[in-house]
Amino acid sequence: MFFDLTDEQKAIKKAARDMLEIECPRSYVRAMMDDARGYQPELWKKMADLGWMGLALPERYGGAGLEFLSLTGLIEEMGRFLLPGPFVSTVVGGGLTLAAAGSPVQQESILPKLVRGDLLMTLAVGTDHGRLDAGGVQNSAVRQGDGFVLNGIVRLVPDAQTADIILLAARTSQQHEEGLTLFLVDAKAPGLSVHPQYTTDGRKVANLEFSSVRVPSTAVVGRVDGAWPIIAAAQRRLTLSLCAEAVGGAGMAMEISVEYAKTRVAFGRPIGMFQAIKHKCANMLVQVESGRFLLYYAAWLLQEGASEAPEAVAVAKAWCGDSYTKVASDGIQVHGGIGMTWEHDMHLFLKRAKVIELSSGDSDYHAEHIAKELERRATAISSAR
Amino acid sequence: MDLTYPPEAEAFRQEVIAWLQANLPSGWGTPQFKLPGDPKQRRAWHVDWHRKMHAAGYVGLTWPKEYGGQGADPVMSMMLNEELTRFEAPQGANALGTRIVGPTIIQFGNEEQKRAHLSKILSGEEMWCLGMSEPGAGSDLASLQTRAVEEGDFFVVNGQKVWTSSAHLANYIYLLVRTDPTAEKHRGISVLLVDMKTPGIVVRPLKQITGESEFNEVFLQDVRVPRSNLLGEKNQGWRVIMGQLGYERSGGSRGMNCQRALEDLVRLARNTYRNGKPASEDPIIRRKLAQLAIEVNIVRLTDYKEMTIQLQGGRPGPETSFGKLFWSELNQRLSSVGVQILGLEGTLSKQSSDVVKNGEYLYAFLRAYGNTIEMGTSEIQRNIIGERVLGLPRG
Ligand SMILES: Cc1cc2nc3c(=O)[nH]c(=O)nc-3n(C[C@H](O)[C@H](O)[C@H](O)COP(=O)(O)OP(=O)(O)OC[C@H]3O[C@@H](n4cnc5c(N)ncnc54)[C@H](O)[C@@H]3O)c2cc1C
Repeated sequence: MFFDLTDEQKAIKKAARDMLEIECPRSYVRAMMDDARGYQPELWKKMADLGWMGLALPERYGGAGLEFLSLTGLIEEMGRFLLPGPFVSTVVGGGLTLAAAGSPVQQESILPKLVRGDLLMTLAVGTDHGRLDAGGVQNSAVRQGDGFVLNGIVRLVPDAQTADIILLAARTSQQHEEGLTLFLVDAKAPGLSVHPQYTTDGRKVANLEFSSVRVPSTAVVGRVDGAWPIIAAAQRRLTLSLCAEAVGGAGMAMEISVEYAKTRVAFGRPIGMFQAIKHKCANMLVQVESGRFLLYYAAWLLQEGASEAPEAVAVAKAWCGDSYTKVASDGIQVHGGIGMTWEHDMHLFLKRAKVIELSSGDSDYHAEHIAKELERRATAISSAR
Repeated sequence: MDLTYPPEAEAFRQEVIAWLQANLPSGWGTPQFKLPGDPKQRRAWHVDWHRKMHAAGYVGLTWPKEYGGQGADPVMSMMLNEELTRFEAPQGANALGTRIVGPTIIQFGNEEQKRAHLSKILSGEEMWCLGMSEPGAGSDLASLQTRAVEEGDFFVVNGQKVWTSSAHLANYIYLLVRTDPTAEKHRGISVLLVDMKTPGIVVRPLKQITGESEFNEVFLQDVRVPRSNLLGEKNQGWRVIMGQLGYERSGGSRGMNCQRALEDLVRLARNTYRNGKPASEDPIIRRKLAQLAIEVNIVRLTDYKEMTIQLQGGRPGPETSFGKLFWSELNQRLSSVGVQILGLEGTLSKQSSDVVKNGEYLYAFLRAYGNTIEMGTSEIQRNIIGERVLGLPRG
């Protein structure tokens, strides 16, 4: 029985924290909110040189081949510092998905560059009519000659404006889950236009509009009509990456608030002496620590390929998304007037929290999945008796 | 118990409705009508609207006739508020003046002060802000440090205020100052009514988490204020402040406002798809909206109760903390549901082409965080209820 990160995983986290402490001050976060690209290439290069891109990618492509939990710890630290930029989109959405489902040729042509920090990616899966299931993908791919023609719009794709290669889910037939195919699409392909949108956290998202974009059949990842299991697995990894960011960010929002509660004086004493404030701070700790437990547990199940993994991911997201918002909200309240100002950093955490909470399904969405899973298990148990 | 309005109030309602229909710009309340995006132009529009309302006699309905009011029964002003809210007609251009400073002057001011200020507050010639909080004195307001020293017929003021809402738009400030630094902290405070053109006052807007600048820092250096601008007695300011906070915290039309916002959320839920069907068909969203409806009822009834106290000639006291606390926390829940229904789309800011309703839901969500802080935080309201209403031992 051992429920903790390994020493190696802790060392990775520690190194990341030391590096980001210097390289990612909140002045950088703020500057990148207004920056069209949303990250500085110099910092990206440094991250690549430290081996972050390839941490969980195969060694044959220059990666370190570590397990998902190590990457989770790294992303948690990124969340703590609100690190902007397309890391998760590139590495988790693009890299890990390709490593899991791409052909050797596809992997060979993309992953080494990605690991070196020379190539950015994102996963684009439609959520038409607010649907996160396969039915949300309405943009089409139609076979023509030796390839496919892509049409339609995919909305609010993270980091689409900087991606070099887009891993696109498109509908190749009307079968629900059995009608989706994944394509590697060059972001500069003729007929593909990118329309930036602006979420309140200052991260980059865009709508992708495909009008008769041609791709060769070698662009298909996995098999035609066979993308749903790949997408579902990728979404679980992305969802947990959001949870990792949430746990890291909530932890920092808590620390800032606790520090303030120790130093801000009202009625002749530090406000942390008032139980109303002390209890708020204690609740923050409960939120953050419990989120971290759920996160590590789910990440471990995922890397082990356990059948309980999907449910654990839903549990983690349902909890971590809401709890980040709660902690940042209480963080503002603990700060009083100054918490309502743009100058203070607490709103940066709140806004990132809200975007995370509402990305990849909110807690209501995941709660429904959990309920379904409970039912399924109850049926399985009673039929086993 | 009688929640009907007297016939003269119902007649007045019809008059108000006719007036609003005639005077609100065409397309009002539909997407066709847009207020100016530029804050200066938007402000000018609001000030103009205030003037129209004033010309119609709809500002300061209950104030005494001799000071520019209509001397009307409070039930008329409740009626007016209801209709203004129903039409979503703006009423905020000088809200701090008409809702808070004016009533405080009526209660504590001398004849000269009433003559000097009240009619101008109503006409909008005097736009007011409240200079209370300081960097070191928010919840613990009584520890404020802005100093006023008497020199002949003047007070000379030095210090700093912060979070002063609308100071960048105001030409008068209701200013709390310390006039006796040796006395116990509640006993050395006075209230001054200060013309913001007086030399030595500098206003610096502060940007809020919404991106808008609605509050400010106010710096005061050797500001000379005539002694005649002292409201109430010297060093007796705390009494004035207690009265003023009652006006500040009491509701008026909070219930109606929440009701409007809720109706809008229902429309939003009908028009927004979640998991492939209208959000209004999602049992979770339905439950959330229904819960809001339950709580909005409570806010409305709190308004009635506060109004009843007023109709019986009472003044708002510590019990207004209940209404302020409940409303502020409800408003936060209410304002988060719009963003929630929209999902990720709800987090889009104004400049996005996909933004819904010009980013109003996101703005409301963020702005509501201030509700549990401004006018005394929720923690302070609970302390007041615990100590001054329930009589629990003081912490
Ligand atoms: C949007 C907005 C508009 C405002 N407009 C105005 C204005 O127009 N004029 C004006 O003068 N002020 C205004 N304020 C200021 C507001 O009144 C103060 O922010 C508020 O009273 C809290 O004071 P503070 O910011 O100093 O926080 P603090 O008093 O430092 O409080 C920090 C935290 O400690 C808690 N706390 C403090 N004391 C206790 C206690 N005894 N028990 C339990 N908890 C406690 C508070 O609840 C809060 O959570 C505005 C504030 C906001 C957010």
